[in-house]
Amino acid sequence: MDTLMQWGTGVFGTTWSAVWVLIKIVLIVLPLLLGVAYLTYFERKVIGYMQVRIGPNRVGPLGLIQPIADGVKLLLKEIVIPTGANRFLFVIAPMLSLAPALAAWAVVPFTDTLVLANIDASLLYILAIGSMGVYGVVLAGWASNSKYAFLGAMRAAAQIVSYEIAMGFALVVVLMVSGSLNLVDIVHAQQKGTFADMGLNFLSWNWLPLLPLFVVYFISGIAETNRAPFDVAEGESEIVAGFHVDYSGMAFAVFFLAEYTEMILIAALTSLLFLGGWSSPVAFLPDGMVWMLAKMCFMLFFFLWFRATFPRYRYDHIMRLGWKVFIPLTVVWLFVVGIWMLSPLNIWK
Amino acid sequence: MMDFKTTVFFFLSAMLIFAALRVITARNPVHAVLHLILAFFTAAGLWVLLQAEFLAMVLVMVYIGAVMVLFLFVVMMLDINLDQLRQGFWSYLPLGTVIGILMVIEMGMVLGSRYFQVPDSDLPNVAANASNTQELGALLSTDYVYPFELAAVILLVAVIAAVALTFRGPKKTRYTNPADQIRVKAADRMRIVKMPVEKQD
Repeated sequence: MDTLMQWGTGVFGTTWSAVWVLIKIVLIVLPLLLGVAYLTYFERKVIGYMQVRIGPNRVGPLGLIQPIADGVKLLLKEIVIPTGANRFLFVIAPMLSLAPALAAWAVVPFTDTLVLANIDASLLYILAIGSMGVYGVVLAGWASNSKYAFLGAMRAAAQIVSYEIAMGFALVVVLMVSGSLNLVDIVHAQQKGTFADMGLNFLSWNWLPLLPLFVVYFISGIAETNRAPFDVAEGESEIVAGFHVDYSGMAFAVFFLAEYTEMILIAALTSLLFLGGWSSPVAFLPDGMVWMLAKMCFMLFFFLWFRATFPRYRYDHIMRLGWKVFIPLTVVWLFVVGIWMLSPLNIWK
Repeated sequence: MMDFKTTVFFFLSAMLIFAALRVITARNPVHAVLHLILAFFTAAGLWVLLQAEFLAMVLVMVYIGAVMVLFLFVVMMLDINLDQLRQGFWSYLPLGTVIGILMVIEMGMVLGSRYFQVPDSDLPNVAANASNTQELGALLSTDYVYPFELAAVILLVAVIAAVALTFRGPKKTRYTNPADQIRVKAADRMRIVKMPVEKQD
């Protein structure tokens, strides 16, 4: 590592620190995009097996080249811009949806030290950047100048704003028990406790004392990413494909990338906040990035499992779940945890 | 050569002024709202430059992430006729100019005059590496707890007022109660009638 640093300073001089950050960004984004490609493959395989089919199996061994073939196909397709569309916003909307999804990864730690920017307010940063993802969807719907696209955008805007509140309250409780907004510290706070002293680390993670919030956070995450069963923004049986009905080729693929990147982000955050991040479940195994990745795959599997299991929610039921069930539930649990922390039974000292 | 921070500051300021101008000059209301969002975002960038990261993040989260989404939502659905809006431009211009000049004078007094100076802050000097969020939280829940609670009460009043203004009595339309729907059993909806088989002759 030191030799690499010396070599870099020798070649690039004072700009090396900037170049090194760029290299780190590429090292995060490239595996991420590859992960998105193989998440689509995984999704098709999992849903295939759940529906007693085989899924993709033609391109390459076990169909493993299928995502690459899909990518090449999308790259080569023409991007059609409808006549009545607002050209500038139509083109910029997919970018506005992908940029926040990628920018949030700047503060996501993979181990204690493996993080691009270890800032104090990383949780706030993720909340702030995450709340901007909705603009891509809303602008795509408006700029397309189509009724179906506009309906999809309206639904997405209302849904994302509603579920953000429940998600925010869940995060407030997590930072209450961790005493920090820093994701690395939040994971460290989960590594100690009565059960961790007994060697059963996985019982010390936040998911157990904050079980309702774990569930609320993950379900809100599914709603935020517009995934089934909350995918009314696309709703192919009602409004064709919702906000991206007029998009084709790479412009559509960028929306697709954004959706899957956000899915992986929600999985990573759930692992960090509630499942102890990179810490190992039992004391006799070492901590490491492999645990983080395993937990992310575990949470991603839920996304696919839900999509294969549940029928799409009706729109008013989504709103009811968000406002009348999740928000009161999180507020009550906020008070419960607050009183718990002030009582002698406090386990987070 | 300017140092990096100054360059960023001038870049962000130029963007902010451009975006703010476009908010009032853009013909398309949706474009105006988008430029307002850009203005908020660059302002957040300036605050980060001042090391007020908590304020910057909250500005992005609350204004860009929630308020402006709903604003955009409403503006997109409005059917605004710009020509009609611009009809009264010349007759309103004198009044607008007076108000504008007044605002500029007030701003100049706050920023420049020695009578309107903000008193020297008696904030405790915190360590340079202290967490912004933590320090703010500590101050808000100790020294400034009454203003903070007062703000919360005012917001609550605003929420109740908004509900009271728009509430037009209970809904008269029929609506479904999902809890009842879930609780329903087959026996509530269906009656099984046992009948002897009739012979056809």
